[in-house]
Amino acid sequence: MRISVEQRLRRPRWLTVAVPVGSIVFAFLVAAVVLVATRHNPISTYKQLFEAGFTQNQSLDQTVVVATPLAFMGLAAAAAFRMKLYNIGAEGQMYLGAITGTAAGLYFGGRGGPAPFPIAAMVVAGMFGGLLWALIPGILRAFFRTNEILTSLLLNYVAGLLLTYLIFESESYWRQTKGFNATVFPKGKPLPHNAIWPGWTLHVQGGLTIPLGAFFAVGAAVLLWVVYRLTRFGFEATVLGDSPRAARYAGVRIRRKILAVMAISGAIAGLGGASQVGDFSHALDGDPNGLQKVGYGYTGIVVAALGRYNPFAVVLIAFLLGGLENAGNTLQGPSFPAGLVGVIQGIILFSALGGEILSRHRIRITRKPKQTVPAAAPARAPEPAA
Amino acid sequence: MNNSLLVVLLASGVAYGTPLLYAALGELLAERSGVLNLGVEGMMLVGAVMGFWTVQRLHATTGLTLALALVVAAFAGTVMALIHAFLVITLRANQIVSGLALTIFAGAAGLSSYLGNDLNLADVPAAQSFKPILPNGMQTLPVVGPILFGQNILVYISWLCVIGVALYLTRTRPGLNLRAVGESPAAADTMGINVTRYRYAHTLAGGAFAGIAGASFTLALTPQWVDGITGGAGWIAIALVIFSFWRPELCLVGAYFFGALQALAPQLQARNINLGPTVLWTNSLPYVMTIVVLVVVSTGTARRRLGAPAALGVPYVREEH
Repeated sequence: MRISVEQRLRRPRWLTVAVPVGSIVFAFLVAAVVLVATRHNPISTYKQLFEAGFTQNQSLDQTVVVATPLAFMGLAAAAAFRMKLYNIGAEGQMYLGAITGTAAGLYFGGRGGPAPFPIAAMVVAGMFGGLLWALIPGILRAFFRTNEILTSLLLNYVAGLLLTYLIFESESYWRQTKGFNATVFPKGKPLPHNAIWPGWTLHVQGGLTIPLGAFFAVGAAVLLWVVYRLTRFGFEATVLGDSPRAARYAGVRIRRKILAVMAISGAIAGLGGASQVGDFSHALDGDPNGLQKVGYGYTGIVVAALGRYNPFAVVLIAFLLGGLENAGNTLQGPSFPAGLVGVIQGIILFSALGGEILSRHRIRITRKPKQTVPAAAPARAPEPAA
Repeated sequence: MNNSLLVVLLASGVAYGTPLLYAALGELLAERSGVLNLGVEGMMLVGAVMGFWTVQRLHATTGLTLALALVVAAFAGTVMALIHAFLVITLRANQIVSGLALTIFAGAAGLSSYLGNDLNLADVPAAQSFKPILPNGMQTLPVVGPILFGQNILVYISWLCVIGVALYLTRTRPGLNLRAVGESPAAADTMGINVTRYRYAHTLAGGAFAGIAGASFTLALTPQWVDGITGGAGWIAIALVIFSFWRPELCLVGAYFFGALQALAPQLQARNINLGPTVLWTNSLPYVMTIVVLVVVSTGTARRRLGAPAALGVPYVREEH
């Protein structure tokens, strides 16, 4: 038996929606097989997941807490991946954004004054921190042609060490040094009240707060869509991603474009870091088992790939995967299988990848003409080369 | 003398470098066939958990158990690599995204954690682990004792693997074919080499090596199971392949160098040397050095003389060439 893949001449429209939806369904089916094989009941496990993620009292509130950073990370990855610039350093860029954003919040918040000012300072500082961190792999890629995948990833570890260092191994500006137990249990200095980001509380499910960061994430998605769809810059970046040679002949300034796209990607991730502190933790979280263990930056890659780098789809998928992730956190314990959420995410991504190919190609299974009974010859004539 | 910092660093460089070496050798084989697999970290973790499980499950304490554990770990890594191989070779998916997906699927918050939790492996010491095998007299020899003779058998097997892979690539027909597949699959195809089969075989071999690399964490280096025990070693191994210009003998040098860098911070702390603010630098040294090396390697001259396999990352389709 021989499996061969050949290009479809026309790509049916419905497949663009069917592939991501089918991927999610397929992933849950495969994960169900894993669950059954390890003696868990898939139906009750999935029911638990769904309730804890979306329908249970206050579950949406927690889902938004996870979906907000995921949307930022997904957008950061989408911005770069779209140009085939594989920035997988959103994780580290988020830490840097959290560090610089917190510094701005502590500094400007501490001087008093009305709330919008320290918050605006945090937004700008956070974006700037992520941007600078992303420019390291950007510059190396643009000027030395160093593989940005590895450099951006390795910098995540360095950023994590820096985060831990600031809270646990030094008496930095970010660390709470005064008060009871400050030396025994190191933790971050809390933000002043006027630097804490407001939320918009809805009275559903016993309270659902939409954090300010979620609005910023949606705003970033709109901006990203406009930039990539409606501007010359976005068009050139897309061309550069699809065909570097064509872009060069058309006079696209490749170095400048790499730096700009890395900067945009890093700034979004950095804003996510600032939102993490301003919206949720209200102090820099340096614990290696805290923010660093969650790995929003890596899940963001799943979100971006599943949304096919379309900013609006990314936000929607961030919400769905946010629910899944939130349910995984809520249910963590002896009765719920650890790592299940990662397994499901991985399979979703695999099947989205495979499905993407299937939507562009068709699979033909042909038998070797070895059989004794002469098999019916494949009726379809070979397609002309595309 | 054997307690001097340099000797201890070199000795632990060999120990810490061994998993890196196995993983890098495997990735080298895959990349030589033209397949980039960024899922090394995930394959290592699944190998690590399955190898550890084998030892815990079989209560016997013979060398055979450990050998079997290695086989299981290698098999687990191979299965993980098969997913990647199917997606990128048969379905021609994007190799970068597929590799990342593999790391997310199998990695610290995925399948390896699921298995570790489901098989109740956390927080128990390994029932059995790889120990130094040479006689004590040799191990206490000055300088070379701890560095060369105080190691476990995985280290010596890895040396054989380096020699084996080097000979394979330069002296055997399949090895030469492999290089042709990685450099110019269309030409190799014309010569009658089955490109798909070569790519599958070497991607799977890469998975087996990664599985063993993972097991050398849980059965030798830190004999226990913790989620994400490899701590980024898979990524350093991928960087090592570039660092070594896709040559097995240089992989060995690089692996020990990075192993020693990883051992630096804990060793200094164990000697009560207060690093103060330099702790940040010492800890990040392995990562920063890897980046520096990558930059040096990717400059024009080095790239032209000792470049990557020309078809790395490019799917091969007969009709489209």
